[in-house]
Amino acid sequence: MLYIFCPHCGSRSQNEFAYGGDATVKRPELNKEISDQEWNNFVYLRKSPRGKHLELWHHISGCRQWIKVERDTSTHEIFKTYKADELTE
Amino acid sequence: MSQDFRLDNIGMVNRNKKISFTFNGKKYFGYEGDTIASALIANGVHLVGRSFKYHRPRGFFGVGVDEPYAILQLERNNERDPNIRATEQEIFEGLEVKSVNCWPSVNFDIGAINNFLKMFFPAGFYYKTFMWPPSFWYKIYEPFIRMAAGFGEASIKHDKERYEHKYEYCDLLITGSGPSGLASAYAAAKNGARVILAEDKPRYGGSLLTSDVNIGNQTGAEWSEKIITELKSMSNVIVKNRSQVFGYYDHNMLVMSERISDHLPKTQKYLPKQRLWYIRAKEVLISSGSIERPLVFGNNDTPGVMLSSAAKEYMKVYGVLVGKKPLIFTNNDSGYETAIEFKKNGVNPIILDTRKKPSSDIITEAKNLGIEIKYSYVVVAAKGYKKVKSADIAKISDNKKDLSNIENIECDCICVSGFWTPSIHLASQSGNKSEFNEKIDAFIPKKSKQKENTIGSANGKFTLEETINEAFNKGYEVSNKITENNNKVSIPTVVEKKSSEHDKFWCVPLPKGKSYKRFLDFQNDVAVTDIELALREGFRSIEHVKRYTTLGMATDQGKTSNLNGLQLVSDIENKVVPQVGHTTFRPPYTPVSIGAIVGREVGKHSKPTRKSPMHEWHEKNNAVFVDAGVWLRPRYYKQGNETLFEASKREAKNVRKNVGVCDVTTLGKIDVKGPDAAEFLNRVYTNAWLKLPVGKARYGVMLREDGIVMDDGTTTRISENHYHMTTTTAQAANVLSHLEYYLQLVWPELNVNVVSTTEQWAGAAIAGPNSRALLMKLFPNTDVSNEALPFMGYKEADLFGIPAKIYRISFSGELAYEVNVESDYGNFMWEKIIEVGKELKIQPYGTEALSTLRIEMGHVAGSELDGRTIPHDASLEGLVSKKKDFIGKRSLSRSAFTKPDREKIVGVVPLDKTTSIPEGSYIVKDPKAKLPNPKLGHVSASCWSVEYDNPFSLAIIKDGKNMIGQKLFAMSPLKNKTIPVEIVSSHYVDPEGKRVRA
Repeated sequence: MLYIFCPHCGSRSQNEFAYGGDATVKRPELNKEISDQEWNNFVYLRKSPRGKHLELWHHISGCRQWIKVERDTSTHEIFKTYKADELTE
Repeated sequence: MSQDFRLDNIGMVNRNKKISFTFNGKKYFGYEGDTIASALIANGVHLVGRSFKYHRPRGFFGVGVDEPYAILQLERNNERDPNIRATEQEIFEGLEVKSVNCWPSVNFDIGAINNFLKMFFPAGFYYKTFMWPPSFWYKIYEPFIRMAAGFGEASIKHDKERYEHKYEYCDLLITGSGPSGLASAYAAAKNGARVILAEDKPRYGGSLLTSDVNIGNQTGAEWSEKIITELKSMSNVIVKNRSQVFGYYDHNMLVMSERISDHLPKTQKYLPKQRLWYIRAKEVLISSGSIERPLVFGNNDTPGVMLSSAAKEYMKVYGVLVGKKPLIFTNNDSGYETAIEFKKNGVNPIILDTRKKPSSDIITEAKNLGIEIKYSYVVVAAKGYKKVKSADIAKISDNKKDLSNIENIECDCICVSGFWTPSIHLASQSGNKSEFNEKIDAFIPKKSKQKENTIGSANGKFTLEETINEAFNKGYEVSNKITENNNKVSIPTVVEKKSSEHDKFWCVPLPKGKSYKRFLDFQNDVAVTDIELALREGFRSIEHVKRYTTLGMATDQGKTSNLNGLQLVSDIENKVVPQVGHTTFRPPYTPVSIGAIVGREVGKHSKPTRKSPMHEWHEKNNAVFVDAGVWLRPRYYKQGNETLFEASKREAKNVRKNVGVCDVTTLGKIDVKGPDAAEFLNRVYTNAWLKLPVGKARYGVMLREDGIVMDDGTTTRISENHYHMTTTTAQAANVLSHLEYYLQLVWPELNVNVVSTTEQWAGAAIAGPNSRALLMKLFPNTDVSNEALPFMGYKEADLFGIPAKIYRISFSGELAYEVNVESDYGNFMWEKIIEVGKELKIQPYGTEALSTLRIEMGHVAGSELDGRTIPHDASLEGLVSKKKDFIGKRSLSRSAFTKPDREKIVGVVPLDKTTSIPEGSYIVKDPKAKLPNPKLGHVSASCWSVEYDNPFSLAIIKDGKNMIGQKLFAMSPLKNKTIPVEIVSSHYVDPEGKRVRA
């Protein structure tokens, strides 16, 4: 079970969190005309890298904040965690 | 019965407490502190089971977790408990154990014929023998394999025992209380660290209990007793025996199983059977010790062949002799220690040493005691079927290839020592890639992967002095990183006998013309020939060899089998062991009961149960409950002998005719507040929200980004910047997460806050033509007329002194209101509604009537919004704004969602007006069409229409809009029914929606 540092609460066990997927995906702006292809990429296409990955976790049984976690998908090593509005490196 | 093999003046069992137990129906005695193994050996019993594949007789091989053979089945409090190691299970009064893997009895086992058919059971026989013909598999092969295989039989009854889970945090977790565990725990605890010391056996001390050593002028056993007593008295230390740390997981999370009541006759009321500890440790010291390695020779699986260290422990800890004519077969000095112990207890052993001319303190001591020692000698084969009776021994040449002077000598046990294998399982599980150490012919941990260090003999340190020094230093060093107390305790002096080097010899060659089975893996019946065959057949990777031959599988996990197997593969392949590598050690290190893994989360406790504030009233009024997510909701209120069908019909009819009240507390409620709340709702919902006035509610649908409907519900504008959102019961948590996602990550610029208020409000839906009359009586001071409180209106009012909120919304399609009060007043509200409503013929209604009402009105719910439908499919396209953008809008213009024959919701009525249509039925044009019959869609919900008194269903079918009026068929292959139906509008009752506005 992972041990995740929540920037708001401190280190907590994984079972307090829900996984939220790729954190690098950016939603297209509202009212912007975009092609089917672009929209399709946003809704469905995700990378599944082996190694470093910036992902979202939701501290649902804690502060209910969405956070960003930089994690190695093969070793589970967590390098850094960020608040939702914090700029990632 | 006398205990012929019990010694009088040695051992740690309690001679004052005799305990009786039965083994295979026969009664035996032992003492408090005995294991099943020690008590049976004391009674001269060595035959305890049959082997996995060949059903060869099985005895005891080890003395603890390493035991590959003596796996029994325990019967306790009328429960069956399989997979019990006789060497670990302590006896208690009334214990009943049985042998497994034998039929009809362990003495006469029919399966033993496999031993004579062994040419048909080579490595990989499962893959070869049972392949053909395919039709034989289910009827012949599988039942045969199932009957023959396995260690015991799990109980099919509900396990009444209690198992617990515990979460613990510590600075330092130490796994094993041998010399290295005790020393490091002591050093770390004295340095202020929070320490957990776990020991899998009942007694602390590990090898100190059986070795002839001296620490700080005390015997090993005395020193360990002193240290453990002091550790137990320290508030920063948790010491646990009968506790096995069996798994090392991510981020220094280790799991330990504590056997709390397994050694007690009956679990005490407040004591669980076992407890599973999830331990998050800042640092871990693995002090799991080492396991003696077997030597490989002919029939080395015969009962009576066992590890020499086990024989010593049976004497020193349990006061039990494993035999009276022991043969010690060794390649190192450890065998001598066992021989010396035999001699001290009046038994004359013979030592066969594979080495030519070893010399050391221990060997000299053995010689001085007059023990017979044969150098350059080996055991060729054990003789005897159910117990060792004699052994063929021989002189071995210097190159260890040739045997000479083969003779048979009498003996009743053969104690083997092939040197020691560090238990690196936990380190390996942590991700530590081990390295091969030539000096000890074994793998030891390499670079730490997580925050773990391995110490003592688990790290290949086989002298006590090295172990104690390493452990004290590591205990201090690791704890000081955390506490920075700099409090170092002095290291005691150690006195021990010096050993000579071990011999790398491990496998006795076969004499000419003999084909003895030489076993590598005792638990899974893997012999030398099996590995040779696997390699001949082309298996190269050690992982493949393992799977093909079953080497090191099951509970053994390579404890006794691993290194000899690797040696053989490397010998045949002309490689060195490190090139071959070892297989992955997987958790659990020892078997863990399913009960412990599940813990208290069984049955009703597998999820929380939520109840509304009116729950007790429902119970008192004969409500029959149904699970709605984690909530318990009244399904119907039973009157007399009513069935579900009759009761729900009565309740629904009463709503259509008079007035009904339904507990809607479970609906999700979310407060949306802030100056940008309207803008936020406008983006979340498909319809427009910017112009909703204060005091008005609006129905809304929200989508996922892929265009699929996520949830629906009404949201009311309470004040300028405050909205009260409702969600379905099932989606409440998901919707909140969804809203938080957009507010925190996508549109952080919006000044809005959301919070769940589901538990803050109790809700009652009052529905039916009499509902306004009821409201007038409930709120005499509030104007609830159609003009003052129109459809989708909202009012705050006073309910007999309690502040209440009235929402004029309707799910039933009748004139209806929803009254909310703070949860604590929920029951008060409910009782008032029932009391005041009596003269208006009010009846409570449950979820079944609620479904009926909404289905015949064509209102969609979870069975239509099933994660596959877009607004159009549920006839909600009128709510989709063409002007503004919202979550998921772009998806709706994708081609699949705009096809002209897109699915749409319709009503379905059986032509005979009597046959109910099973939910899930397919709608087809031709019931006799060739399979697979092309389906138009499926029936999503069915009810008995109380308005028209005939069955009515909703279905989502292709081109639904143009299908109305058509005669089709509903087919349910599951219920074997084909029903002719007519497609009608989904709005079966009051299609103009007059009633809700009345």
